[in-house]
Amino acid sequence: MGEVETLEQLKELLPEKLFEKSKEALKKSDLTEGQKKKAIIKIADLYVKSKFEAGEAFGVIAAQSLSEPSTQMTMRTYHMAGAMQIQVTLGLPRLVEIFDARRAPSTPAMTIYLKPSYNTREKAMEIAESITEVKLGNIATSSFVDLGNMQVEVVLDEKLMRKHKIKEEEMVEQLKLDFKNYVLHQRGNKVTIKPKDDATVKELQKLRSKFLDSHVHGVKSIENVVINQKDEGWIINTLGSNLAKILELDGIDSARTLTNNIHEVAKVLGIEAARASIVNEVLLTLKEQGLEDVDVRHVLLVADVMTAGGTIKAVGRYGIAGTKGSVLARANFEETMKHLTKASVYNEIDTLESIVENVMINQVVPAGTGMFDIVFKPPLKKKE
Amino acid sequence: MSMINKIEFKLLSPQMVKKLSVVEIVKAELYDNDGFPMEGGVMDPRLGVIDPGLRCRTCNQTIGQCYGHFGNIELVRPIIHVLYAKLVHKILKSICGSCSRHIGTAKKCSYCGAEQKDVKFEKPYSYNEGEKILTPLQIRERFERIPQEDLPNFNFLGGRPEWLILTIFPIPPVITRPSITLETGERSEDDLTHKLVDIIRINHRLRENIEIGAPDFIIEDLWELLQYHTATYFDNELAGIPAARHRSGRPLKTLADRLRSKEGRFRQNLAGKRVNYSARTVISPDPYISINEVGVPLVIAKELTIPVAVTPNNIEEIKKVIQISPRWPSANYIVRPDGKRRKITDENKEEILKEVGIGYSIERHLQNGDVVLFNRQPSLHRMSIMAHRVRVTPWRTFTMNLAVTPPYNADFDGDEMNLHVLQTEEARAEAMMLMDASKHIRSPRFGGPIIGCEHDHVSGNYTLTMEGTEMNREDAFRILAEIGVEPDLPEKKTFTGKELFSHILPKGLNMSFKIKSMKPGCEKCTAETCKHDSFVVIENGVLKKGVIDKNAIGREAGKIIDRIQREFGDEAAHIFIDRVSLLGIKWFEKVGFTVGLDDVDISDESKKKIKLELEHGDRTSNELIETYAKGNIELLPGRTMKESFEANMIKLLVKVTDNIGSIVSAGLGFNGAIIMARSGARGSITHMTQLIGCVGQERVLGERIQRGFRGRTLSHFLVGDLTPLAHGFVSNSFKSGLTPVEFFFDVLSGREGLMDKSLRTRHSGYLERRLMNALQDLKIEYDGTVRDNNKIIIQFVPGEDFIDPHKSDWGTIDVNSIIRSVK
Repeated sequence: MGEVETLEQLKELLPEKLFEKSKEALKKSDLTEGQKKKAIIKIADLYVKSKFEAGEAFGVIAAQSLSEPSTQMTMRTYHMAGAMQIQVTLGLPRLVEIFDARRAPSTPAMTIYLKPSYNTREKAMEIAESITEVKLGNIATSSFVDLGNMQVEVVLDEKLMRKHKIKEEEMVEQLKLDFKNYVLHQRGNKVTIKPKDDATVKELQKLRSKFLDSHVHGVKSIENVVINQKDEGWIINTLGSNLAKILELDGIDSARTLTNNIHEVAKVLGIEAARASIVNEVLLTLKEQGLEDVDVRHVLLVADVMTAGGTIKAVGRYGIAGTKGSVLARANFEETMKHLTKASVYNEIDTLESIVENVMINQVVPAGTGMFDIVFKPPLKKKE
Repeated sequence: MSMINKIEFKLLSPQMVKKLSVVEIVKAELYDNDGFPMEGGVMDPRLGVIDPGLRCRTCNQTIGQCYGHFGNIELVRPIIHVLYAKLVHKILKSICGSCSRHIGTAKKCSYCGAEQKDVKFEKPYSYNEGEKILTPLQIRERFERIPQEDLPNFNFLGGRPEWLILTIFPIPPVITRPSITLETGERSEDDLTHKLVDIIRINHRLRENIEIGAPDFIIEDLWELLQYHTATYFDNELAGIPAARHRSGRPLKTLADRLRSKEGRFRQNLAGKRVNYSARTVISPDPYISINEVGVPLVIAKELTIPVAVTPNNIEEIKKVIQISPRWPSANYIVRPDGKRRKITDENKEEILKEVGIGYSIERHLQNGDVVLFNRQPSLHRMSIMAHRVRVTPWRTFTMNLAVTPPYNADFDGDEMNLHVLQTEEARAEAMMLMDASKHIRSPRFGGPIIGCEHDHVSGNYTLTMEGTEMNREDAFRILAEIGVEPDLPEKKTFTGKELFSHILPKGLNMSFKIKSMKPGCEKCTAETCKHDSFVVIENGVLKKGVIDKNAIGREAGKIIDRIQREFGDEAAHIFIDRVSLLGIKWFEKVGFTVGLDDVDISDESKKKIKLELEHGDRTSNELIETYAKGNIELLPGRTMKESFEANMIKLLVKVTDNIGSIVSAGLGFNGAIIMARSGARGSITHMTQLIGCVGQERVLGERIQRGFRGRTLSHFLVGDLTPLAHGFVSNSFKSGLTPVEFFFDVLSGREGLMDKSLRTRHSGYLERRLMNALQDLKIEYDGTVRDNNKIIIQFVPGEDFIDPHKSDWGTIDVNSIIRSVK
């Protein structure tokens, strides 16, 4: 490559972000043209020197860079007390959860941002109240199994209903839809439900808890809501997550609203969003533990590996490690017998193309300096 | 050298078993009355040799050359191979019950029209079709009928399905299950041999019973027993059946157990291997050796060797080396051209000297300057194994520079480390180029220097570069000489510490930054014009302003180290670290540095203030308790009354401790302890507050201490007591002494920390293993993409901008500093 001297040439060479940064910095500086040229040459030179080399075992370095600080995490686990926040799982357990790609996090949570026109305390409160899920049990003063009539009776608290702005008729209509196979009656503040066929007492007790658990108001699975004022304005933190429903609401800035449920992100917004979400969550967890200096590239790589197939794959026996091409590598990790027996039936062939397999058979590992051979053979001195 | 290109996995066919077999095993006895292995027994001499001196009856080779030979037994009735039992079930379900064609999940066979019955699998090896039991015999018959062209439908490519039902059973060679002779002369057989004997015995009995026409139930029982023994021979940890046990009650270790788990063949012997040419001992510090050196005890240096070929160029030297044996540095062995090794001793060295010539090689002792790998476990990152140069010492421990402890995470309270001697020229070259400790000053984790100064190095340089530190010419001269800098001093009587420090900075270094500990109360940074000397300015390698502290030279932070490495390269940074750490120590050797109990003394006035603050805290907390009792606490969103009260209480108490902290730091004098805390060498102001002012709130699970008796923490308090004292607030300082109750609470939270640590290291260890397994195949290819071992592209541009964090400036390229440098 020839000498890079002009901005255009620099643009060719540098990644976009870095180029923009350099351009900005050069513009702001009061350098003469000659100095600018010198600076560009230096930047280009430094960039080329800073590049990865072929054969670098980037995966191993990323894995080390993420797990080495995780051993320190253990010693730094102190909860922030007194903060008016939703309590979410953090620290090592959270990190494990993300890499495991669990279906649902142990504490699903959302951060909801508001559109500028809704960015007031009152509006935020209003939205917060409207999205909190209210179950029938939440607005009932009492409930019992009426053995005389073989039905379940729920007594509603009108005060609470008014507070949550729930209209009785609408609610009963909705409940009737949800419980199609049952007979529903409403008299005053009493709601009774009864199976169409005869039922045992046990079944009625089950029905009672199911009935009390039925959704009557708000957004499903949003359990608890807290509003906070931050630099960006009012935000709503929730315990429980339902991205699809929340994004439909008015007044919500759907571009910034987040959930910590990665699978939900993948379902609602697609795999690229899920990748970004993994990166975000890992960085957030590390930052909370005071380990923010971990380079993003390592996190990016893990997120890329997890999402490269179009679906979220876990780091572990049922995910990436379990679907590797090499039989020996899989057998080495976990479930040795399963992989060996399957390999024999399917006539699998291990072509020994990566690390562990070659370690096992005492051959040079095809990474780093083991990736190449010397092709050139120097002419030997002729014997005279 | 021949290479293995691929490994293919297939099923072993009965024909193959027969072909491999050298003898059919028929006897259950191992040895005859004279103690010789029985022919036709499991220890048949034709299966290979295990005794030294004997020759194999099959291949006529000795132990070491003979790999052993298989035998076989004919099973009277077919047996399900347990490891494939699940698969057998899957195949049974997807073939027709009468014509054995592949029909998938269809209810009716599309080939012969037979109705399909559901086949149920009962772990570990029984099958039922409807009400009837499917015997292995029937299953085998069905499998035999599966046409070859149907097999790809099951993805069954490694052989014939009927091979999953064993009819002929391979007996592994004796060397896979060697017997050991105990001291008493008694022979103790391997677990596998025991299991094989069981199989043969039952097989025998089954045959006899069939031959005499025994009732069906007896035959079925024996068949079942044979199935059990073969099953446990393969895997002795099957769910649903009891493990086969040794006479002593210990479960037998059979085939699968040999491979499985951490102690199994894969993880213990294949993925990791034991090596020669290594040493391990305790480590000690030595500030006088460089960061890429390691002190090796003489006894170890005489044991570890490096092979050197004898050539016309070095034959004289080698003769000299042999001559001085057994003193160091000599050699331990000579290797003849035919590969025979001979130990060099005092007696035979003359003889060897005559013999040695071109084509021979010697194994010489480790010498100064040899490249070795140094490692401390747990090897959490690549800096846990680095290359060092040897320095042979007369001590008994490995010694290392203190500045290189952070990457190893080592200390000297009894830590041991490993040393590996490289045996080939390629290995040494690679280690020097890639693994040298000086090449790992910058960590790839965060792109900053991980190697840096520790403890006294930091506080030493801190006091040295403080405003007002002066020394006379002789001292300056001596210190510079001692740290290995040419003392090129201008004509002057006195020198400041900053001038001395400037001597180890490379010429041409320009930088400025804030130090770690700015003066308390100094809110806005005035940068270059800082009055408290808290802003470092270096111009052309001269320290103009500012104090050197952890931010400048410390581990995982050192800004100066970072900049020198970036601008002047690894070697300059390496030399700088060596010198700066020694400078700190040398300065302390001159002025002395100590910490004592009077360092944590504080004026009576401050004491009074602290007391007042504590009393104030008492009052306010009582008020809070009262409001809580009346139920007037303002609820925090999403919290109960009690939780809101607790949150408020903790907030209040934290504020009290904070206030005391500021009283303490305002009232502190200037002494050793403060220097350590301020410079970042060790300890912090929080620790000082706990020593002098008050220890503060003890916490368990992030809350005030709540557990213990019903309604109270200890029997010293009334039920329902909510005062700070009753819930773990320690108002005493460590110096004033804790009351028994306070001490108990302190220990309580201390124990939580210990538990947390020991519990979570396991979790993080497993996380590491999984991450490593998931990512280990990813590497950067020649085309610049990151790919896995299937060559699937994971990233088109590694890290999105191709910048290697190991070579970066905290993950980026510092454009601004380049612009500044060209001005």
